[in-house]
Amino acid sequence: MLIRGKVYKFASNINTDVIYPGKYLSITTDREEMAKHCFEAAYPEFLENAKKGDIIVSGKNFGCGSSREQAATCLKYFGIGAVVAESFARIFYRNAINLALPVIIAPGISQKIEHNDTIEINLETGIIKNMRTTEIIKANRLPPFILKIINDGGLIPYLKKKLKNSNIIRRIQ
Amino acid sequence: MTIAEKILAKASGKKAVLPNEIVMAKVDVAMSHENADVVLRSFRDIGIKKVWDNEKIVILFDHRIPAESEKSATTHKRLRAFVKEQNIKYFYDMKEGICHQILPEFGHCRPGEVLVGTDSHTTTHGAFGTFATGIGATEMAGVWATGELWLKVPESIKITVSGTFKNYVSAKDLILHIIGELGSDGANYNAVEFHGETIRNMSIASRMVLSNLSMEMGAKVAFVVPDEKTISYVQKNSDKNLETILPDEDAKYIKEINIDITNLESQVACPHSVDNVKLLKEIAGTKIHQALIGSCTNGRLEDLAIAAKILNGKNIHPEIRLLVIPASRRIYLEAIKNGFIEIFVKAGGLVLNPGCGPCLGAHQGLLAPEEVCVATTNRNFKGRMGSPESFVYLASPATVAASAIRGEISEPC
Repeated sequence: MLIRGKVYKFASNINTDVIYPGKYLSITTDREEMAKHCFEAAYPEFLENAKKGDIIVSGKNFGCGSSREQAATCLKYFGIGAVVAESFARIFYRNAINLALPVIIAPGISQKIEHNDTIEINLETGIIKNMRTTEIIKANRLPPFILKIINDGGLIPYLKKKLKNSNIIRRIQ
Repeated sequence: MTIAEKILAKASGKKAVLPNEIVMAKVDVAMSHENADVVLRSFRDIGIKKVWDNEKIVILFDHRIPAESEKSATTHKRLRAFVKEQNIKYFYDMKEGICHQILPEFGHCRPGEVLVGTDSHTTTHGAFGTFATGIGATEMAGVWATGELWLKVPESIKITVSGTFKNYVSAKDLILHIIGELGSDGANYNAVEFHGETIRNMSIASRMVLSNLSMEMGAKVAFVVPDEKTISYVQKNSDKNLETILPDEDAKYIKEINIDITNLESQVACPHSVDNVKLLKEIAGTKIHQALIGSCTNGRLEDLAIAAKILNGKNIHPEIRLLVIPASRRIYLEAIKNGFIEIFVKAGGLVLNPGCGPCLGAHQGLLAPEEVCVATTNRNFKGRMGSPESFVYLASPATVAASAIRGEISEPC
């Protein structure tokens, strides 16, 4: 899968309270509504300047803090194409995969890409191309198991497929 | 093998596992609070009629209690109906308190088991030797459907602590010190194991502080090596058979850290990150508007006891608010019996119902722009407790109580 988009850049340690403020956690099911509050309190300019299809590039430990899935959901439903970071906090990383929001670990990426650059990511090979400088950056390849969940459209479609013929569903229904 | 490796081997039906291997683990306890509503949406999407095991799922309310909005009231209502529909055996409505206190109190934390929760501070239950970790809502829906979850076997860090705390210095100061040293991603994806005489001498409540806050350095799980204290606590609350899992002598760690706390001083995490840790004396005198004692980190009886000792017969500074939130109903009742609540109210404190309160910025004491709060909670991110222009300092219950009297961040004495 090739993902191409304009870069919206952040620093390191972007936590989930910053991505999705706690006061909106009472929104539990309306995903379009969640998307209206990405970075709202800490970086209000994001909602004005970011566009559908943009790729977030960040430093280390992106998504640290609370396990709130809304942090990944709001980005997914805003239309963010992928998040590339030097490293991720583990729960955000899992949430993003489960929602089929591609997350790519790329050590050294913040030095090689500027805000507003256009990049192209090959999810299978982990190769990232900076279209402005034509520089090639090698990111960590996603394990096949995780790539499969993303390609299936997230954990729920993946599970549906998997459970279709399994014993579990026959036992339950 | 380490504790994490042994438990995951057992949970995935293997003789042995290696760090970084991905395993499918069977889950023993699956906990969700109000965000069970997010789980529920995904669970309905899967299209399965019944949850995998109605005795292994725990649902409770603690984040927005009593409901602060019509939206939350509707969430509570929908979940009560779901609990009935699925006959979920362990449901704790808003009267009981915070999930990370309710789970151990009601016997859901047992050594050697796998416990997942849709809350990042689920690491708290590692204090009982449980492989306890936070997961997202969608994957919890997968657990509700199948009882299984993919987990990467974490590499482990061994932290050995020796020495005796100075007066008024406690587990909170120790873990803030460790986070300050390692950084907010210093244990990212790792299992932490706490060893040593200091840990063995610690109360269960203090051990829970260590496991709870280890999340703030990225830990996936944070074990206290189970001992007699663990077993006696767990047996008091659970009648299930116990299988204590200990690390092997030759277990492999990616890092081993030794800490002597003999000279450890009071610590404070300054805005806006938990690893921005300074010695209390460096920032003493910082004016505050609110002081908060409570949360899944420090709302237990020993925390209220030390705060009561400091506040006994005193009044809080006239220009500040003091909020006290016992972590659970049981703790609240004990605090009443011990006279702590009377001390807080006499001193001018507001005692709130057991729950998460303002820690996550939902309700019950948010901050205005430019306001400063010193809290025993676990996060001080920008805007966490209200205005993005407010400031939260994290400290021990003793420090917060002393600061409430002086109206500025102060050394407890």
